[in-house]
Amino acid sequence: MNSIIFTAGARILVALLFVFSLFMLLRGHHLPGGGFIGGLLGAVAFIVYSLACGPAEAKAALRASPEGIAIVGLGIALLAGLVSFVFGDPFFTGQWYWVGGDSYETSLFSINSVLVFDIGVYLVVLGGILSLAFAVEEET
Amino acid sequence: MAEPSDPNAPWVNPAGVITVAVTAALFVFFLQYLPVIAGTGPVPWVWDWIPSLDIRLSFWLDGLSLMFALLITGIGTLVMLYAARYLAGHPQYNRFALYLFSFMLSMLGLVLADNLIALFVFWELTTFTSYLLIGFSHTDPKSRRNALQALLLTAAGGLALLAGFILIGITQGTFEMSQLNAAGSMAEHPAYLGILILVLLGAFTKSAQVPFHFWLPNAMAAPTPVSAYLHSATMVKAGVYLLARMHPSLSGSDVWVWVLTIFGAVTAVFASFMAVRQTDLKQTLAYTTLMALGTLVLFLAGSTGYAITAAMTFLLVHSLYKAGLFLVIGIVDHATGTRDANVLGGLARAMPITAAAAALSGLAMAGIPPFLGFIAKEVAYAGALEMALTGFVVIMALAAFALMFAVALIVAWKPFFGPQGDLPRKPHEGPWAMVLGPATLSVIGLAFGLMPGVAAYYLVEPAVAAVMGAPDTGGRLKLWAGFNLPLLLSLITFALGYVLYRFHLPLRERLAQIEARAPDLDAGWDRMLDRFMALAKGQTRIIQTGVLRHYLFATFTVLAIAMLVPLMLRPVGGVSLAFDGTSFLEWGIAALIAAGTILVVLTSSRITALVGLGVVGIGVALIFIVFSAPDVAITQLLVELLVVVLLAVALLKMPHLDANNSQKHRPHDAALAVVVGGLTAWVLLRVTDAPFDRRLTDFFEGASWTEAFGRNIVNVILVDFRTLDTFGEIAVVIVAALGAYALLKGGLKRGPEGEAAGKAEKERKE
Repeated sequence: MNSIIFTAGARILVALLFVFSLFMLLRGHHLPGGGFIGGLLGAVAFIVYSLACGPAEAKAALRASPEGIAIVGLGIALLAGLVSFVFGDPFFTGQWYWVGGDSYETSLFSINSVLVFDIGVYLVVLGGILSLAFAVEEET
Repeated sequence: MAEPSDPNAPWVNPAGVITVAVTAALFVFFLQYLPVIAGTGPVPWVWDWIPSLDIRLSFWLDGLSLMFALLITGIGTLVMLYAARYLAGHPQYNRFALYLFSFMLSMLGLVLADNLIALFVFWELTTFTSYLLIGFSHTDPKSRRNALQALLLTAAGGLALLAGFILIGITQGTFEMSQLNAAGSMAEHPAYLGILILVLLGAFTKSAQVPFHFWLPNAMAAPTPVSAYLHSATMVKAGVYLLARMHPSLSGSDVWVWVLTIFGAVTAVFASFMAVRQTDLKQTLAYTTLMALGTLVLFLAGSTGYAITAAMTFLLVHSLYKAGLFLVIGIVDHATGTRDANVLGGLARAMPITAAAAALSGLAMAGIPPFLGFIAKEVAYAGALEMALTGFVVIMALAAFALMFAVALIVAWKPFFGPQGDLPRKPHEGPWAMVLGPATLSVIGLAFGLMPGVAAYYLVEPAVAAVMGAPDTGGRLKLWAGFNLPLLLSLITFALGYVLYRFHLPLRERLAQIEARAPDLDAGWDRMLDRFMALAKGQTRIIQTGVLRHYLFATFTVLAIAMLVPLMLRPVGGVSLAFDGTSFLEWGIAALIAAGTILVVLTSSRITALVGLGVVGIGVALIFIVFSAPDVAITQLLVELLVVVLLAVALLKMPHLDANNSQKHRPHDAALAVVVGGLTAWVLLRVTDAPFDRRLTDFFEGASWTEAFGRNIVNVILVDFRTLDTFGEIAVVIVAALGAYALLKGGLKRGPEGEAAGKAEKERKE
């Protein structure tokens, strides 16, 4: 698509969309959002970019191959499940570590395996859709 | 075989060092269990995996698994060291090391697993990794073909095995082999015969019993270290291991005795003759491995102390000498450039250490005192005399052992001490990393023979106890057991074996003539595969028309039938529609969806139709918003957006909808659409008529915050309560994306884009 307005506008839009996708990913545990939605939004960001500037440039901006991102995401999700063995819990039991306190209410923030799993979901959805989208675009 | 190796190439690299070091460490780790197992009995390791599904990871270390674990890690260390030198400078050595190491771990899992399902998974992993190893020279079509043959045959057996295991689990109520074996023989159960046949199919294909034997000699396409490892001590013994492991629960019937005796004996004798027939020494060894597997199966048919002791001792002896001899042949091949038995001779002067190792291994193979091989043979005859079908077993064992004696001379004596041959290259001694393996293994074989008590106490007797399911009385391994029938049979074996060696050249010619006339199973295999391919092509031509409309029509017809038949069989009554209480907003959304649908149906432009579909999707998303399901609404909206964008990109390439000749199918399509839509609406209305079961909703509403610290219930369910489901789904996303990617990149010029994209999107929506 050779539209200067679209190309110029896309750069700002993509950045906003991408940040928004991370925002949706991180707030997902309490408010609408999460890995699936975040991943979809992230994919939309890069698809907009590839429509504006071509799939080659979008791929370069992504830096890693989408298939690789998806597979790494699956690995991260698996790790989030395996980590419960370290603490003697069954597979995929959510693990929570409270920083600066000993419960949700008293702590500043938490480090938990559930968010790690969601990040894995995010990467799988992002990578999966983008590998498909780039393939379709390159085909045409 | 093109196995490049540059004698001066650097061969110490991280991949080699790490794999050898880790395997050696594992060997030491298992070594410390020797006194524990011999002294106090089995050690269970249990690890709760998914307790809510009653799945646990359980390992069981007893005499049998410990012996295998030591062979796997011990021989593994030596073979990996050997391979590092053997493949020095090979551009894909790192890959090779990874394959070999993965195989080692799978094999270790196989012999340690207590749970049948876990064992099956490891079983398939060995199949898979051995496929990669056999086909390592992947530029060679023969190598690829032989690897595929091994894969298909052993994986087919694996499927039978899985069915057998599931039957066991259903009928016996447990998958833990320790419990099954403790419960004793299941021979009285009505499902026993089915279980036995299925398990034997798995074991016989893996351990290459006649008539499934032909993949093993073909698997010699692999580099020599692979053959030494997989085809001596490990993979092919997996079937034997399984029979030994399940001996207490599966034996105890006439069928077991007859089937194992006959298949084992026939395999052993057939393979011994075939071994004499070969001129390529590696092929000779491949057939002697087959002989060993047959012998092991034969003795596992028995249930007496001597029969089982014979099997376990022979297992140990064979692993040691066979791995050693394979490695020796590799060194010889490396040094002289040939493996032809007719050419090789007089190498002892040029390669004294290799010759010594070969001689020691050969003597163990021939069963000469004071090697452990001799003791194994004595025990084997003692066992044979106790078994059912005594006469048959003794004669078959005698034939096999005598032929083995002759083959041992052909393989280990003639190339080194026989007359000098005309060699392609001037021979030289192998490098230390390659000589170490066969030297160590052959010395251990001699040491065990001189100290049979040590081998018996630490290795053989605990293993026998594990197979018998009862403590072993022991005391059967003796270098000198007095003048008795087994000794006499041994002497006959030596005499017969020597005669066979003297006349092995005419015998080989005669065997070649017989072989030329016998049916060729290997060629039959190829013909069978060709027929399968033809069948697949034929049915694909009929079923897969390549026209998307046909696929959709078939799918929705099936859907309509699937909904209609239950509704007809069990009438659920009509539905009533009540529109009171429907808000203006909801009417608006319904109108929007209807308008979108009408647009799709009436337009003749693909892009317009796509926009219409988008409108329908957004209408559905609006419904989710109205009924306060923001997560679902956002996902729906984004997916709709992506579908429209992706399809728009794809549609730009497609031709306009043809207004002239493609109208004929529209009446059918319309009828089908009305039926499917009407039925779906009917079913949905009936479903929502039933009172809503709030149990799950209440649970998630209550537990989401207190147990999972999240206020967004949808997300908490996805990433915490039902994580395993989500994990499965994202795996599906990857599979779907990769599948679609392959379709698009696979050179298909037109057609399936929309289908693939749509399918992947559908997966994603779940």
